[in-house]
Amino acid sequence: MALRFDENDVKKLEEIRAKYPNNQACTLPFLHYAQDKFGYVSMDVIKLVAQTLNLPVAHVLSVATFYTMYNKKPVGKYHLQVCTNISCSLLGARRLVDKLQELLGIKPGETTEDGMFTLTEVECLGSCGTAPVIQVNDKYFENLDEKKVEELIESLRKGELDV
Amino acid sequence: MSEIVLFKHLIDPEVRNIENYIKLGGYEGLKKAFTMQPDDIIEEVKRSNLRGRGGAGFPTGLKWSFMPKGEGQKYFVCNADEGEPGTFKDRYIMSENPHQLIEGMVIGGYAMGATVGYIYIRGEFEFVAKILQKAIDEAYEKGFLGKNILNSGFDFDLYVHLGAGAYVCGEETGLINSLEGKPGQPRLKPPFPAQYGVFGKPTTVNNVETIACVPDIIKKGADWFLSIGPEKNNGTKIYAVSGHVNNPGVFELPMGTPLREIIYEHAGGIVGGKKLKAVIPGGSSAPVLGPEHLDIPMDFDSLKKVGSMLGSGAIIVMSEDTCMVEAFTRLAKFYAHESCGQCTPCREGTAWLYKILKRIEDREGKKGDIDLILDICGKIMGRTICPLGDAAVMCIKPAVERFRDEFEYHIEHKKCMVENKIPIF
Ligand SMILES: NC(=O)C1=CN([C@@H]2O[C@H](COP(=O)(O)OP(=O)(O)OC[C@H]3O[C@@H](n4cnc5c(N)ncnc54)[C@H](O)[C@@H]3O)[C@@H](O)[C@H]2O)C=CC1
Ligand SMILES: Cc1cc2nc3c(=O)[nH]c(=O)nc-3n(C[C@H](O)[C@H](O)[C@H](O)COP(=O)(O)O)c2cc1C
Ligand code: SF4
Ligand code: FES
Repeated sequence: MALRFDENDVKKLEEIRAKYPNNQACTLPFLHYAQDKFGYVSMDVIKLVAQTLNLPVAHVLSVATFYTMYNKKPVGKYHLQVCTNISCSLLGARRLVDKLQELLGIKPGETTEDGMFTLTEVECLGSCGTAPVIQVNDKYFENLDEKKVEELIESLRKGELDV
Repeated sequence: MSEIVLFKHLIDPEVRNIENYIKLGGYEGLKKAFTMQPDDIIEEVKRSNLRGRGGAGFPTGLKWSFMPKGEGQKYFVCNADEGEPGTFKDRYIMSENPHQLIEGMVIGGYAMGATVGYIYIRGEFEFVAKILQKAIDEAYEKGFLGKNILNSGFDFDLYVHLGAGAYVCGEETGLINSLEGKPGQPRLKPPFPAQYGVFGKPTTVNNVETIACVPDIIKKGADWFLSIGPEKNNGTKIYAVSGHVNNPGVFELPMGTPLREIIYEHAGGIVGGKKLKAVIPGGSSAPVLGPEHLDIPMDFDSLKKVGSMLGSGAIIVMSEDTCMVEAFTRLAKFYAHESCGQCTPCREGTAWLYKILKRIEDREGKKGDIDLILDICGKIMGRTICPLGDAAVMCIKPAVERFRDEFEYHIEHKKCMVENKIPIF
């Protein structure tokens, strides 16, 4: 089925368009919007954004692939992004990754079979003073240790956390 | 306690609310700016010796003066990409004291004749962007943004633009390409953004902290700013301390505060009373220092003198329990991952640095690997479009030189010198 933006989307996208002098500048914000709506940036999403902005598909594809925040594959309901850059690693980020692998039975880059969790290792999240840090969807969880990670996963499984 | 310029939330935790910001004297700088000629504002910023807090320390007033005069669309862009490992300061200005940044943007826009501003914020900081957007909405409501601001006849629109995860977009020309909706690959300089910037128009890019210093400089005058910090390095600085310290966090202190005072007083000293082994004083791209450098004043010129740099002012502290091979292999991985691939020396060089370091870390290092690393460093330095390649060298080379014995031990004995470490890989 072909993807489309509905009336409400069109209104929101027009608001974004008004911030910029041309269509091309909307590529990143439109991709963000589309990812929020459709869950990830598939080839169909890329085509839709290109069509909406009247830009070549190749252009939108080059942008979607350059930036790490655009998920080119489906991700789980909860995308666990563990910072393993220096400040987080100095305070045990590796142990958090190990703990998560054990709890979820997946390796970094994988998604659990039930589609609940995706585990990713990421670069510095700009939160090094409250290291180690995990970003879950749009939220930061800071000052973590193995015990807190266990609790975090439990709350997510129970659907107790709004992220 | 020393003077608070940027972290006014320490005086009033609710300063992010516009009413409270105004109560603390907020938007007074803007009102005063409108009584001045644009050129006089630039002159005042020049006289204050304000230098870019994004890392390079370039004089802000001078940069503003490069913008062409007269009509024609011009842009003022705020760099809130904050991607340098160890750096987490701009985030707090934006979430705790956003109006000071907004006020600085309007003053800068007026001084340079730019009527549109963008705040380019890293995509992961969406939660910060929401706070910022709320503050912008408040400022529009109160007439500090939009058409004919405070009846001055000056119009200024301010937009938040989210990045999408790429360290190199913090480099100002990469940022400009990204803002234009392209992959964030840096451009050759010159032309500098003031000549040819975003959408082909004259543009100035400044860091969040730099811009947030401006309202008080205008309100209280350049002489007041000059009274803080050492000569040519004036004002306060936000130092962001992370790693093996008891009290990590952000500290606004006079520029030139000694490293020892920052680490041992403000950041509470080393965890477990351990010995300090290494400290990176200005974000991961700043050459690493050792305990003998603790009395250095943390400012642009003093750090340059000892072969390092203030950079973003992010201090990463490593205790004796850290394996240098492991720590810097992790950083090499970062640079290899973030290279945008345009320049062969950076693309290939950073990949090789990581590969060789990783084999040393994996106890598979070969004799000659250290010299090979140093040789590759020499082949990257100064041969690339943007300084990301150089940054990788400034991170890795001094570490390998300073801690050469640790690297050699790994290669020769196939094991690590450091016991009781927290594993990184
Ligand atoms: N805050 C952060 O997260 C990060 C900061 N950095 C810092 O970035 C620094 C390097 O940044 P660059 O922008 O490449 O340094 P740069 O020295 O090329 O430029 C600094 C600023 O001065 C301006 N400028 C310099 N020379 C000029 C001239 N002759 N005419 C007109 N304008 C001129 C540039 O346009 C730019 O805005 C490093 O020192 C590093 O510390 C690096 C990575 C991340
Ligand atoms: C790879 C790289 C990443 C950078 N990232 C940032 C950043 O995240 N924030 C920032 O303000 N400056 C960053 N810079 C420096 C900018 O290019 C530029 O010098 C700065 O935004 C100018 O602002 P200032 O004069 O106020 O310091 C980066 C530079 C390089 C080479
Ligand atoms: S130095 Fe590296 S990051 Fe910078 S433009 Fe060249 S390849 Fe890209
Ligand atoms: S190193 Fe993990 S947030 Fe900066």
